[in-house]
Amino acid sequence: MERTLAGAALVAAGGFAGALTRYAVDIAAGDVTGLGTLLVNVVGSFALGLLVTRATEVRTQLFVGTGFVSSFTTYSTFAADAVALGTVAGTGYVVVSYAAGFLAAIAGLALGRRL
Amino acid sequence: MTEPLLAAMAVGIGGAAGALARHAVGLAIESRWSLVVVNTLGSFALGVVIGVPTGPSATLAVGVGFCGAFTTFSSFAVETVTTAEAGDPGTATAFAALNVVAAVAALLTGSGLALVVT
Repeated sequence: MERTLAGAALVAAGGFAGALTRYAVDIAAGDVTGLGTLLVNVVGSFALGLLVTRATEVRTQLFVGTGFVSSFTTYSTFAADAVALGTVAGTGYVVVSYAAGFLAAIAGLALGRRL
Repeated sequence: MTEPLLAAMAVGIGGAAGALARHAVGLAIESRWSLVVVNTLGSFALGVVIGVPTGPSATLAVGVGFCGAFTTFSSFAVETVTTAEAGDPGTATAFAALNVVAAVAALLTGSGLALVVT
């Protein structure tokens, strides 16, 4: 499934929707540098933690995990926002994003294992 | 100002391509380090997009769509946490640090290069 055309189509379809949803969140979050990216990265880290413990079907993993959630979250914009904020605020932004993202992933994994 | 529907299509199509490219890298490099590769390459590309005076459609398709989806934070966070949980906090720490150092350096290199060339 992972190396098939159908698998690729699922990843692409999920990626289309995930990137679009991230764009919508970013617009809704307004002009505060990094806020939209922080939101999607924390929510997405929780969702992926939940997914990897619950989704048994490869199709679901490809569409929701590799496609949607992984495209909903982003690292390049996170790096750009950190640079745009300058050395002090940017370092703080990285620390906050990492802490919140890891805690969200831990929570998602824990919840998924409990269900 | 880009038309909203056109902007959405640019982001979506770029996102689909970025997710596919990330998937391909993941199949080629079957380890956690594939995430460092996509996050570094994608940050370099975003740096170029930021440095080169492109139109809003190109920024949306390549920057927000492709680079945004090609790189990922959620897989990175889950990978870091599960590596630490598996009893390897040293690798988890190195992985987390390498991602941010490489991505920021790549972004600065990309934007710096773009400013020199254009």
